[in-house]
Amino acid sequence: MTTLLEARHATRLFRGGYFDRTSTLALDDFSLAIDGDRPSIIAVVGESGSGKTTLARLLLGLTSPTQGQILYKGQELQTMSRADWHAFRRDVQVIFQDPYGVYNPFYRIDHVLTTPIAKFGLATSKAEARASIDNVLRAVGLRPEETLGRFAHQLSGGQRQRIMVARALLLRPRVILADEPVSMVDASLRATILASLRTMNRDLGISIVYITHDLATAYQISNTIVVLYRGTVVEIGDVELVVKRPQHPYTQLLLSSIPLASPERTWMIEPSAPVATMEIIDHGCKFAGRCPSVAASCREAAPSLFQTDRDRAVACYLYRGAPTVTGDHR
Amino acid sequence: MALAILRMIQPPGRIDGGEVRLDGVDLLSLGDEEIRRVRLARIALIPQGSMNALNPVMRIKDQIIDALRDHEIRMSTRERDARVRELLESVGLRSEVAEKFPHELSGGMKQRACIAIAISLRPRVIVADEPTSALDVVVQKQVMETLARVQKDLGASVILVGHDMGLMAQFVDRLGIMYAGKLIEVSPVRQIFTRSLHPYTRMLIASLPSLEQKGTFNGIPGLIPLLRDLPPGCAFHPRCPEAIDRCLTEQPVLREVRPDGWGACHLV
Repeated sequence: MTTLLEARHATRLFRGGYFDRTSTLALDDFSLAIDGDRPSIIAVVGESGSGKTTLARLLLGLTSPTQGQILYKGQELQTMSRADWHAFRRDVQVIFQDPYGVYNPFYRIDHVLTTPIAKFGLATSKAEARASIDNVLRAVGLRPEETLGRFAHQLSGGQRQRIMVARALLLRPRVILADEPVSMVDASLRATILASLRTMNRDLGISIVYITHDLATAYQISNTIVVLYRGTVVEIGDVELVVKRPQHPYTQLLLSSIPLASPERTWMIEPSAPVATMEIIDHGCKFAGRCPSVAASCREAAPSLFQTDRDRAVACYLYRGAPTVTGDHR
Repeated sequence: MALAILRMIQPPGRIDGGEVRLDGVDLLSLGDEEIRRVRLARIALIPQGSMNALNPVMRIKDQIIDALRDHEIRMSTRERDARVRELLESVGLRSEVAEKFPHELSGGMKQRACIAIAISLRPRVIVADEPTSALDVVVQKQVMETLARVQKDLGASVILVGHDMGLMAQFVDRLGIMYAGKLIEVSPVRQIFTRSLHPYTRMLIASLPSLEQKGTFNGIPGLIPLLRDLPPGCAFHPRCPEAIDRCLTEQPVLREVRPDGWGACHLV
């Protein structure tokens, strides 16, 4: 296995201001490896404040880990050579959440497509550049003649986000990091954008890291799912196993809280889970304050990941009988 | 629509015609002072994004009392404090919250404080405009359970406005579907999912990603029309796979197709 992008025990701490001694642990000992030989779609799911965006920024090299490493093809992002960094910037692309904020309102949208071509020398002539732009726009279901030459405000959110997907495609990357790509897009267009991510994975062999708070879309497009809670991985593994038979009490709570769009009522039947406490836990399991199955040992030390199935690991003492995951999971 | 019901449309928008009747009284014909008295006391709003709805420099207690005072409810200090405590408890908040400022509360707590204000005068109707769109699913469920409980306790009606079909399926009794500024279907929620009257409703439901089966969702082709440039006939016809010639020229009206089932489509 050749590992493309890898997080190795990555931890990111945000310190308070000069007078503020508190610090926030945004991501805690996070490990994940993206296999270069078998392109996959990995979904990272968590509530707000779970460290999703910090993870995205770390994987993109926009911020550095306080402890641990982020590696691309075995090279650490922070210390790699300029040439390697240039290659990394081309191979790993990102699609951000907000298709409104990423455009400069004074430029035509062509700008976001011609800049990378110039920057990475992807075309030798204007005609060649135009041809590859047309190509990627068509690949995401846009008509170039109706799209190019316009300003961002003349396009819908769905169109803008598809241009972002096209821009990522233009660079023929190995990995695309999509940070909540559909949360600000109209419901009827979500399916189209998610389908284009799936096509890119299947037909072009691009690995995708799909970061979201929405378990339903994560289930629909991913093979592997990582559930984050306050910066810690609580459950990781095959998406069918995690969604259909969740094992961590947090994953169970999350799944039971989703309002299902079906004629059967699944809500309002069982009493709600205990209200989130603002209790700060320095040691032990971070979910202990809200967990219905909490035991004394949970407050003493944080559980490590236990491998409960061939394709799944859970960080909960309920499964302490299973072998511990050593080293880097997956 | 939520704002029109409360007559809170801001200029340059205005209400061009029609009526909003509450207990037989047309709210649109009331004077400014009269409608002020009706708001909160008889019809209350739980706004979208509670984080911006509360005054950041006022304690929660004072914001609740402010509403009571504005509606000329006279109470002694002790009675008022008791009422605040009771309101906070009814939305599942501890009484200490009364002394706190909004920034000291989590999103779910702020949204509950907004519910406490909305129910403080025991209104007949509560308009909840995407009350949980900024919250995580776990907190959303708790807030909606709170809303369901106070709705039952007050015997009030709730108009829930939102785009999350899952939330609608789990919470409401009757569901109205809007497209391009018009209601195109109103039915009991179960029937919306089992025997819907409008192609748009069916496509909307089909576009939802499911947690049960993989690969079962499809987008709706085309774009939402601009409200100032609607297509002739049925506004949905350019995106509708079932459109017939009549749809291109004649706008369908909302009519009762079956008992309690209203649809605006030429095909039903």
